[in-house]
Amino acid sequence: MSILAVRELSKSFGGVRAVERVGFSVAAGELLAMIGPNGAGKTTCFNLINGQLRPDAGEILFDGKPMQMLPPRDRCRLGIGRTFQVAATFGSMTASENVAVARLSHERKLGSIFSSPDDSTLGMEQALLKQVGMDALADKQCAELAYGDLKRVELAVALAARPRLLLMDEPTAGMASAERGELMRLVSNIARRGNIAVLFTEHDMDVVFRHADRVIVLAEGELIAQGTPAEIRADARVRRVYLGEDAAHA
Amino acid sequence: MLLSSVLIQFLNGLAGASSLFLVAAGLSLIFGVTRIVNFAHGSLYMLGMYLAVWLAERIGFWAAVPLAAITVGAIGALAEISLLRRIYKAPELLQLLATFALLLLVKDFALWAWGPEDLLGPRAPGFAGAVEIAGNAFPQYDLLLILLGPLVLVLLQLLLSRTRWGILVRAATEDREMAGALGVNQRWLFTGVFALGALLAGLGGALQIPREPANLNVDLSVISDAFVVVVIGGLGSIPGAFLAALLIAEAKAFCIGLGYSQATLVIEFVIMAAVLVARPWGLLGRMPVPARPGAAEPPLAPPSRRLRWTLAIVACGLALLPLGSGGYTLVLLTDLLIFALFAASLHFIMGPGGMYSFGHAAYFGLGAYAAGILLLREKFPMELALALAPFAAGLAALAFGWFCVRLSGVYSAMLTLAFAQIAWSAVFQWDALTGGSNGLVGVWPAPWLSSKPAYYFLTLLICASGIFLLWRAIYSPFGLALRATRDSPLRAEASGIDVRATQWAAFAIAGLAAGVAGALYAFSKGSISPEALGIQRSVDGLVMVMLGGIQTLSGPVWGAALFAWLQDAAARNIDYWRAATGFVILALALVLPNGIGSLLQAKK
Repeated sequence: MSILAVRELSKSFGGVRAVERVGFSVAAGELLAMIGPNGAGKTTCFNLINGQLRPDAGEILFDGKPMQMLPPRDRCRLGIGRTFQVAATFGSMTASENVAVARLSHERKLGSIFSSPDDSTLGMEQALLKQVGMDALADKQCAELAYGDLKRVELAVALAARPRLLLMDEPTAGMASAERGELMRLVSNIARRGNIAVLFTEHDMDVVFRHADRVIVLAEGELIAQGTPAEIRADARVRRVYLGEDAAHA
Repeated sequence: MLLSSVLIQFLNGLAGASSLFLVAAGLSLIFGVTRIVNFAHGSLYMLGMYLAVWLAERIGFWAAVPLAAITVGAIGALAEISLLRRIYKAPELLQLLATFALLLLVKDFALWAWGPEDLLGPRAPGFAGAVEIAGNAFPQYDLLLILLGPLVLVLLQLLLSRTRWGILVRAATEDREMAGALGVNQRWLFTGVFALGALLAGLGGALQIPREPANLNVDLSVISDAFVVVVIGGLGSIPGAFLAALLIAEAKAFCIGLGYSQATLVIEFVIMAAVLVARPWGLLGRMPVPARPGAAEPPLAPPSRRLRWTLAIVACGLALLPLGSGGYTLVLLTDLLIFALFAASLHFIMGPGGMYSFGHAAYFGLGAYAAGILLLREKFPMELALALAPFAAGLAALAFGWFCVRLSGVYSAMLTLAFAQIAWSAVFQWDALTGGSNGLVGVWPAPWLSSKPAYYFLTLLICASGIFLLWRAIYSPFGLALRATRDSPLRAEASGIDVRATQWAAFAIAGLAAGVAGALYAFSKGSISPEALGIQRSVDGLVMVMLGGIQTLSGPVWGAALFAWLQDAAARNIDYWRAATGFVILALALVLPNGIGSLLQAKK
């Protein structure tokens, strides 16, 4: 059953139609990649789903309920976690504190002004960091971490809110190619084990075809194809607008 | 209201808009290119006024006005070359502080050069009379001003769109790095822009002298008006400044025309609220490019064992002190404790919250006034007045904070100053309630607290608890959320944190704590004057926090102690205390451009 369903989603800027009647869905435990050449409307589409933008028309259903008008923080509370193209963490805090903020937010405990953060649940932070392989660096300040490590911490922060859908904008951007595969394997393990749906955008076709269960392709704001990596590879239209272009550049 | 008087009020508004536009346009222009918000811009306007009055007696009005404007422009260029050039790469807060220091220097310079009395300017020869418009007499000079505003707007637009220099200015405004990469000589471009901005401010001031005497308060009232104008019009947009100046001046003119001159402060507020809700970046402004994530703030370590012991020993020492010291030491220590709480409350929003406040004294002063008013006008017992007064400050912080958290960085800093100025004017004007410029006298504590040691103990108890609670809040889950909103609003929002609500709550808490300090201050002095919420008090707080180090926990307390002691030692010997503060800030800014607190942090 699909956890996220997008229907007839449209958004224009001035007269430019950035996203035009796009529709697709993501099932629990599934890794769905959104690809397309530059200017295809990926970023706009992604920002409509994560709440940075409001659509002009169309619906975004999370668990069957429309959420297209909710601000990002409410989408988080519904169970949607996010990672950013440039990893966003709390730089002055340790990795463990970063996760603690997200966890306390999830438990609605951040309003408490005169209590100390609850030490009894510190194990939870450790467990989440262990899951992403960052437990050894839990007490390091985020501003001092290597970029690849920061991406992992960010993933742990997103997971701390117990999401059922993870939105990852260019999850491997800025990483070395060895790190990329490793991170995506990690994401895919976590998704399957926790039955978490993952929607991600990606430039690296290698990552897409290797790790995505399904792929959707945007071109000029419209959805032109969706299917398994093998089907997308074989799709003539995709080859023409997308891979063809790549081949021409190569 | 008759149609003819509507027309007259409308014309009055237009005349008022011109001067306001000149100042705001200069401020906007300078910000667009250098990314520095010039807090001293109102001071340049004030200089323009004084210079024009002084020159007019010697060379006549019409020669004095342009000469005063050009002189102020030259002074601006000089300030840019000698000071601002050194701090373009410094942290934003330091830049704001440095221009703030300029404001203090200019104020004391004007006091030294022209004395404390208002200086009346001459009428403009040839425009001294009035014309009849729809049966009402209307000053000719105001008609001239009405024409001048749009004329300057057109000239500025032509300068920016038709000349090579103007194109470079626009290029630098759009993309500073790119303009630099294309070989634009930025140094002289920046100097030129600053000089032009200063000249416009000086011209605005000089043109105002037939309508208003030159006085020492005009710098702050003008800069806060100009801040409101650029926030409404959009920082960096010159047509926006014109539109907003028109809007504000018209609204004020109609308030005065209808006989509600008190409402002018409120109307500014309402217009700003409406604009900020509908268009957060101003009428013609664009969303600012989010600042590149700079260096992360240093981590906040839990208080070390050494610090805990030091604080415990200091607390014991303070508790035992009255046994062996005289009245004067106790008075000084009472002041010091009050300032420590005030500085800690400011630090709460500036350090963990990352929000700049240039008007924190508003909450200190409102706490003090509320205490006095409850005691004297409402006849509350002193204890109850002391307990309730901070909530007045907290409520004001809630109201002002609602706006401030909607803007970020320099925008927010500008608003805090504007609000402090609004609060000051309200207190100054509302004679019946606040005693106006004389303030309130006879605000004495209850008999059981009236001895110096008794009041000292009360202050120690309340301030120490207040500081302790603030520190505890920094480490609480709420404090964690607050630091999260400072570090990465994007991530905080994506993690389900309501960024604005969190910052708003912090703002209110800081206001409440400052109000506690203010109420204690009122009863310790027995009287309150508008200075309690004057800009000097806000600057004092900033200097205390910066002296101690903004990202340290106990820094503000040591900073307050050092500052209070310095002030006590120096203020009795130095006539121009404001200028001295300004020099200290500038010296620190130039010697330690990476932050005044860095020295203390490195030494630890």
